[in-house]
Amino acid sequence: MAETADKLIIGGREFTSRLMVGTGKYASFEQTARALEISGAEIITVAVRRVNLDRSKESLLDYIDPKKYTLLPNTAGCYTADDAVRTCRLAREAGMSDFVKLEVLGDEKTLFPDNEELLKAAKILVAEGFTVLPYCSDDVIVCKKLEDLGCAAVMPLGAPIGSGLGIRNPYNIRIILENVSIPVIVDAGVGSASDAAIAMELGCAGVLMNTAIAGAQDPIAMAEAMKLAVIAGRLSFKAGRIPRKLYANASSPLDGLIG
Amino acid sequence: MRIVLNGDCMETADGATVETLLQQLGISRERVAVELNADIVPKAGYEKQLLSDDDKIEIVQFVGGG
Repeated sequence: MAETADKLIIGGREFTSRLMVGTGKYASFEQTARALEISGAEIITVAVRRVNLDRSKESLLDYIDPKKYTLLPNTAGCYTADDAVRTCRLAREAGMSDFVKLEVLGDEKTLFPDNEELLKAAKILVAEGFTVLPYCSDDVIVCKKLEDLGCAAVMPLGAPIGSGLGIRNPYNIRIILENVSIPVIVDAGVGSASDAAIAMELGCAGVLMNTAIAGAQDPIAMAEAMKLAVIAGRLSFKAGRIPRKLYANASSPLDGLIG
Repeated sequence: MRIVLNGDCMETADGATVETLLQQLGISRERVAVELNADIVPKAGYEKQLLSDDDKIEIVQFVGGG
């Protein structure tokens, strides 16, 4: 019951699943399609690249029905606002949708966001009518600026992209949650199902991941684990956890003990 | 005439349009976006958009990514 009523709304669109999944790094397109299916994700990220002129090679969309998912094209690999904006315009033309995952990277080693270029790109894209979901630092000031610019969500990193280090600074995520009113989606850093559950228990609107599933020894099983973790974490958040206490508090009644 | 497609030179017939180029390459127009000299060509304009010598064309599609 709680799940069906608890919709995620981004850019005026309603979603049931709070797990967003990337489509990179799988062993095959068959495996990608199967993992996406099992994950229950409704929003999936894709990259924008030059077409392969060797038409004998298959492409992702031969395996994934774009009508079944909301495609969220990313600007991965862009290091300037100009490149990111150009990529988003191409993505909109290719996909006929204005949803974009905006990332402007600052450095190849960390893949941390260049927040200055990110803000510049977000401003242009919002003005051009895009529904912008920016990948950003876990920095409340940047998140508030992105919200003020009109982004549809903010997607702070839990840890570096592909690192699997988990939610390194849950306090920063909490501060962001308390200070922005658009959906907060943890993007990057999740390694295991418990990481996803932690993000959801903090109160995040969703979690976006790629490597944690695609790089697992059994990506299909991990896709299911992530689906359940996101649901469990969300329910746990909504249920309201008990306060942490230093000392014990017995669960069984003290009255009626023998002797 | 000679155009630069996705960074590589290629020959195409005089009078070629974006539409005929896609046909020549066997690419379905539905799943791609085309840039001509850094400007996007809307899908509705593929048939009318003539190509010229030395035009730089980018054709992109969605691939797996995170």
